[in-house]
Amino acid sequence: MKAIFEGAVPITLTIKVNGTERTLRVPPLRRLLDVLREDLALTGTKEGCGEGECGACTVLVDGESQLSCLVPACQAQGADIVTVESTTLTSIQDAFLAEGGAQCGICTPGMIVTTRAWLDECERDGTSVTLEGAREALAGNLCRCTGYGKILAAVLHAAAQENAR
Amino acid sequence: MKVVSARTLDEALLALRDAGPDSRVLAGGTDLMVEMESGRTQPDFVVDVWKVDALRGIRATPLGIEIGALTTCAELERSAEASVHADILVEAARWVGAAQIKHRATVGGNLGTASPAADLNPALFALGARVKLVSLRGEREIAVEAFVKGYRTTDRALDELIASIVIPARSPHERRAFRKVGTRKAQSISKVVLAVCAEVEAGSIRSARAAAGSVADRTILLPTLSNAVAASAHGVRADRVGALSREVVRADARPRDDVRSSAEYRTFALERILARALLDFTRLP
Repeated sequence: MKAIFEGAVPITLTIKVNGTERTLRVPPLRRLLDVLREDLALTGTKEGCGEGECGACTVLVDGESQLSCLVPACQAQGADIVTVESTTLTSIQDAFLAEGGAQCGICTPGMIVTTRAWLDECERDGTSVTLEGAREALAGNLCRCTGYGKILAAVLHAAAQENAR
Repeated sequence: MKVVSARTLDEALLALRDAGPDSRVLAGGTDLMVEMESGRTQPDFVVDVWKVDALRGIRATPLGIEIGALTTCAELERSAEASVHADILVEAARWVGAAQIKHRATVGGNLGTASPAADLNPALFALGARVKLVSLRGEREIAVEAFVKGYRTTDRALDELIASIVIPARSPHERRAFRKVGTRKAQSISKVVLAVCAEVEAGSIRSARAAAGSVADRTILLPTLSNAVAASAHGVRADRVGALSREVVRADARPRDDVRSSAEYRTFALERILARALLDFTRLP
């Protein structure tokens, strides 16, 4: 067999990030979070807990919301990654701005990316956007400032805006 | 450290042939990535199987269903086959965590990690599931309760890979329940988790098979329940459920105090959720 990764020897990782293809040498088990923040200088994605509990580091991997602190670089090989810097998130960002859906801001990028994943899922499955649905969809995104009311208002605001388009 | 990212089952098994005691299989990473990042686990060899498509998918078989080891909790939730034959496993997957975790956490990973607090494993135990293991030496199948041998310890040989989980077809009169008790209603690691399958006729429980998590060093079956039900000539009716649940928990559970709960609370909670689940069975039409 062909051992793709020998030792902690770096791999050549090719990923598409916000529509741009990027190729870099990284250790195979480097966290996608560190690849994004430190290697690609995309510091919009935040590290909250670093152990898969808080949702701050959520990014889209091939359209699915995943925690970038739990994804090793080798498993992101060839993936299409969307981070909070993506221009496809502008309308959701505007909604968070309009509703004041941020306090300290650490959870905000994860909230915005998770909202994108949920709205896409609702559209794909034909499910309607409800407050209850939004609560469940964002259950994995913790806000230490506990400003959930305005965050949820922003999610519903974003959904309404997209529907109106 | 050496890392192999296998793209096919053959590549994974060839890599595992050389695996030593400090090797780890990496699937969705919800446990291992945290363990490695914290330094609690420092493997010298990691076999990443995430891209091995042969380990994915849920398929119906003449005897029930076969669930690929890499099937995620999100995939379980969407599966029509699983919702019929493994409804309590789907229920466990639904409550295991948030969307981000469900997109990564796998059935094989839950079983292979063998955490006593695992949510999917009690459901697998109660369903009478069997685990299919493959290696270059061949294939074997073993009951899940025999596979889990202790605290985060399984019967998997170093060169073996969990290929799939086989779940028998649901029998027509079977009632099932899944209960999870955590700090919050959802999205928390279980203080107590319970899964029960029972045959019920006219308000009487004729046979039962139950398993619990977070009440011992590993997921456990509750054999005292199965034996007591089997020994009663006319089955177990509502009036016996409370006393029987106390007896079962006293005999089978070995809870301890830890960061998430106390032994006393776990005993109390397990008794209550078991009694309630059995009572509900006897009251169903």
